[in-house]
Amino acid sequence: MADFWERYSRSRSAVLGLGLLGLVIFMAAIANLVFPEDPFRLAGRPMSLPGTNGFLLGSDTLGRDVAAGIAHGAKTSILIGLVATLASVFIGVIFGALAGYYGGRIDDLLMRITEVFQTIPSFVFAILLVAIMKPSIESIVIAITVVSWPGVARLVRGEFLSLKNREFVQACHTLGMGDLRIMLREILPNCLSPIIVIGSLMVATAILIESGLAFLGLGDPNIMSWGFQIGAGRTMLRSAWWICTFPGIAILITVLAINLVGEGLNDALNPRLRERN
Amino acid sequence: MNRTSKIFRYVLKRLAQGVPIILAIVVLNFFLLNMAEGDAVDVLAGEAGSATPEYMAELRAKFGLDQPLPVQLLVYLKNVASLDLGYSFRHDMAVSKLIIDRFWPTLLLMASTIFIAVTFGILLGLMAATRLNTWKDSAISIFALITYATPLFWVGLMMIVVFSIYLGWFPTSGMENVAAFYEGFDRVADIARHLVLPTITLSLFYLALYTRMMRASMLEQYGQDYVVTARAKGLTERRITFVHVLRNAMLPVVTMAGVQVGALIGGSVIVESVFAWPGLGMLAFESLFARDLNLLLGIFMLSSVLVVAVNLVVDIIYSFLDPRIEVA
Repeated sequence: MADFWERYSRSRSAVLGLGLLGLVIFMAAIANLVFPEDPFRLAGRPMSLPGTNGFLLGSDTLGRDVAAGIAHGAKTSILIGLVATLASVFIGVIFGALAGYYGGRIDDLLMRITEVFQTIPSFVFAILLVAIMKPSIESIVIAITVVSWPGVARLVRGEFLSLKNREFVQACHTLGMGDLRIMLREILPNCLSPIIVIGSLMVATAILIESGLAFLGLGDPNIMSWGFQIGAGRTMLRSAWWICTFPGIAILITVLAINLVGEGLNDALNPRLRERN
Repeated sequence: MNRTSKIFRYVLKRLAQGVPIILAIVVLNFFLLNMAEGDAVDVLAGEAGSATPEYMAELRAKFGLDQPLPVQLLVYLKNVASLDLGYSFRHDMAVSKLIIDRFWPTLLLMASTIFIAVTFGILLGLMAATRLNTWKDSAISIFALITYATPLFWVGLMMIVVFSIYLGWFPTSGMENVAAFYEGFDRVADIARHLVLPTITLSLFYLALYTRMMRASMLEQYGQDYVVTARAKGLTERRITFVHVLRNAMLPVVTMAGVQVGALIGGSVIVESVFAWPGLGMLAFESLFARDLNLLLGIFMLSSVLVVAVNLVVDIIYSFLDPRIEVA
């Protein structure tokens, strides 16, 4: 662990990313304490400039507090990003493990399915899924999961393909271990690092997809999110630039932080890759 | 067997691989249509204001909606094969006609985006790779990192704030100034002026992507044996970079342009709805508000088929460009 941290902290940008991500998570954690009221409520004079009428980052057309929206939106982004990523990794690991381990027809069939899902333009597909299921936090998570798992499946399949003929797996066969046990207990732990790396980068993509959906009006109507704030403020762009600007900066910082952490993890977990560059 | 007939067979093989994918997408489309609450008759009845249950049953029989699901699927496949994507009741038009009308603005936007992103991506990547670990390299890397993390719609809105509202250089939305009745060259210039901001916005993300790829690809090529040979025979670094390395390094970037077309379509939905660019993406945005599912599914289908087609074309071009590629 100390060894891992030493390798991780060698990159300044990775540490910076971790710090920024910590700030965003802290903001999400204290959102209910600092802004205990509903972020949708009318909090004061509409269209207040940042720093006036008690609004740190201004208020929007309906008098909602932009800062409160950003704090509560952080919860939404992180929650959706994490849950959708966990679900995609789960599905992707099952597909990839079965395809890579068994090979042959199973591999053909599963990879064909994966290929179809990879071909479909993912954002348009996500829009369609949310529109059909009606916008809600569940349908958004499902849509992001459906468009994100194929990448994991391909990665895990590749890892399983290269590991399944190694000596330690053959030894397990000789010992009479079952397939399921070999897959879960022997092979899977050996491909955890690339899964962790791709998973961390997927959280960032999931947050971007979620904000895009919310911007187009496909967010959960009862939950505050950064994309929704920007979508609601865009009609007032000419007179109130701050409504759109600050939530966008929040998205930028969060996604940037996660990407930096992902790259840092990649360098720390796969040190051999680093030396190639 | 000579190479031309090998490539020909390869094209046929890739075509044969594309067909099941398109078929799968059509079937998926059919099930999505069935997943949605209510069918076309409900929509029609809603539009009409009121309809008796008997009349609705009659309508369902007329559209074949009372048939079992497999039969409906066959009918749907037959319709799609004859390019009949259903009817948009909002626009009172066939979906296929609506989509074709709105296809050209999207194509224009995507073509200019790919051109800008690939050109500048290659230039920036080249610059970063030849000035490795200098401030220019770091600046380009930081730029790529930041654009990679920025949501497209926000970039678009900020562009409008700066370049349209404060500086007044470019129009905020639309594709042309219809009220001005420009003709000929004036009209082209007007469309070009409207095209600038959407193109920059949409190309930023891909610019970052191609810059990073080009940099990595250049560095990989510099490590190859042929570069050592070129140095050994006394070629200048400049010649090695521009004549030998650059051409080889560009190959993966060109392929990537094809792979990314699906993401580009998704991005154009966002950018078109920000800039009210009257293309397919804007149409998709409008159909969301109008709850026009037939239309949305039609756009989805067309964009999926487009991705399959573009990938096919890129693979074929690639097999011509790189003789090492295995085509058999």
